[in-house]
Amino acid sequence: MSTTIDTPDTMVSSPTGAVATAMRRYAWTLGLIGILAILLVFTKIIQPSYGLTGIQGLAISVLPLALAAVAQAVAVIARGIDLSVGSMMALTSVVAAALMEDRSEGYAILVVIGVLLLGLLLGAVNGSLIVVTRVPDIVVTLAMLFVWAGCALLVLKTPGGGSAEWLRGLTKGSLITPFIPKAALVLFLVVGAIWLPIRRSRLGLSLYAIGSAPLAAYRSGISVARTKIIAYMLTGLFSALAGLSLTASTGIGIPVPGPYTLMSVAAVVLGGVSLAGGRGGVFGPVIAVVILSLIRTDMTFMNVNTNMATVAQGLILVGVVMIGSLIQLRRDR
Amino acid sequence: MSAVTNSANSRPKWRTSAGVRLLFRERPIIPLLALLALLVVLSEVIRPGIVSANWAGVMIRAAIPLAILAGCQTITMLTAGIDLSVGAVASMSGFLVATLVGDYGLVVAVVIALVVSALVGLVTGVGVGIFRVHPLIMTLGMSLVVLGLANVWQIQKVQTGAGVPEEFRTLGAGMYFDVVPISLLVFLPLAALIIFGLNRTGYGRLLYAIGDNPIASRLSGVKSWQVLMILYVIAAVLAGIAGFLISGLNNTASVTLADTAVLPSVAAAVIGGTSILGGRGNFGGTIIGALILTVISSILSSLGYPEAVRQILYGSIIVFVAAAYTRITLEA
Repeated sequence: MSTTIDTPDTMVSSPTGAVATAMRRYAWTLGLIGILAILLVFTKIIQPSYGLTGIQGLAISVLPLALAAVAQAVAVIARGIDLSVGSMMALTSVVAAALMEDRSEGYAILVVIGVLLLGLLLGAVNGSLIVVTRVPDIVVTLAMLFVWAGCALLVLKTPGGGSAEWLRGLTKGSLITPFIPKAALVLFLVVGAIWLPIRRSRLGLSLYAIGSAPLAAYRSGISVARTKIIAYMLTGLFSALAGLSLTASTGIGIPVPGPYTLMSVAAVVLGGVSLAGGRGGVFGPVIAVVILSLIRTDMTFMNVNTNMATVAQGLILVGVVMIGSLIQLRRDR
Repeated sequence: MSAVTNSANSRPKWRTSAGVRLLFRERPIIPLLALLALLVVLSEVIRPGIVSANWAGVMIRAAIPLAILAGCQTITMLTAGIDLSVGAVASMSGFLVATLVGDYGLVVAVVIALVVSALVGLVTGVGVGIFRVHPLIMTLGMSLVVLGLANVWQIQKVQTGAGVPEEFRTLGAGMYFDVVPISLLVFLPLAALIIFGLNRTGYGRLLYAIGDNPIASRLSGVKSWQVLMILYVIAAVLAGIAGFLISGLNNTASVTLADTAVLPSVAAAVIGGTSILGGRGNFGGTIIGALILTVISSILSSLGYPEAVRQILYGSIIVFVAAAYTRITLEA
């Protein structure tokens, strides 16, 4: 990873140069994939019985956090941060569970569409409040964390509700070959279908532009306020997807936010998205989520206390970011 | 003609609003005190007879730990940082004392808890100051580390099962004549020290300087890594002290006891006029901010609303106050 970064001289206009440029551009993500591969091999070594069921379980268990990380990544790329991701997940999850309980499978389709619209609406409220009040993003979304969590409690006082069977089946098991867990497929399809077209469009460019230099973006004719609101709407949409995946995996709605907000911030940073905005993508954070989850699994296999796994996650978070900023510091010099 | 009347009409208006803005910007504590007074009146209107000397004491007692944690946020926010590890550190220090006091006595237990807190702060400070890790990430990571280690300690120590020491219960929950909270004995010197440190010492000025303009402060020879390292040690020790009071007030000690206070502590600092972007704020405002939040949550619970409505109102009020504050101070 560091070698690709430390060789800027290879940037020449030849085929190898193009590869080197791409390597440099995606260095962080490639490094993460490398770490993930090493971890998978390591897992197989310490636990020879770890196989397809293990990978399927992994895919199902990381789905909500992976979607939450994507949600957070969009906000952070646009130089924001959304501390209400976990609460929005709880709210959308209980709304879905409450509406789907004892209803037909077809009605559930309407519910899913409605919940996704709700996610867009929640994000629009967050974004508009930030733009209109000019209060820093972190403060507004911190306050909205309480508001959305309260709304979730209004919808369902205790864990309950239900889920349509097709929604539950969407993430369980595998498709075509056992090597493709459905949950992973859902993740890539959903993220690919929503994020990739946006990323390649004018809007995607605007998102990165207001993230890296809001003033320059403004002067090139981008409506910073509108783009920011759209960024938060996307964050809301992905949070709603994460909430739906929670309902799908548990079959009920839980009105209390899980540890998703802070873990999503951690995953975003590990995934190579700069907190200063404008840099990184959404696939890095997804891989980071898988890595974090796999480390926890490995530590269980090695009979390490699960609390030490929490310590390890914290140390990895801090350590990786330290290395990242060291590289950055050396480059700046 | 119309232009003349317009300007004639608008000028005095503009002046007063500028005056109000100046007042808010220079002396943010005055409008905050007015808001606090309004909330106290509101409490009395909603529940006639509730406001008494004892009520005031209870409010202050509840606000003190929050104010100390919000103090951690204030001093770190001055340098454009934030400390999300205060909850984990406070819980850990209270828990350490509760488990150690049986074997080693109170003084040793307190010293150990404070030293461990300081060590956590030192690691955070090294990360933020030397490695330039974003404070949000650094303190988030450290709170995971602290929580995990505290849990491991909990499993090691589960047999001894000592409780919160009597002294902490008196200190955290006791009140002289049912009016004056004993925790003021800890808080007043601490608050005086923080306010004096921020306003009257070179170190305090450096915090403002780094937050206001990091490049200018570096060019004038400030070694910001040293300042930041010391800063996060101070913040962690403050959080440790708050942990003693919280465990005493609740008469329990657990590794997640103070977690729920982290986000309100950020809110209290913001409401108290500290800018999360650095360079502006003071501890006096933060104390009032903590009192305001405490009174608001007391009003909300006395209204008998369910928890859900309380959370919604709480969040809305934070947005509203922060928005009003930003509008008044930034739009000159």
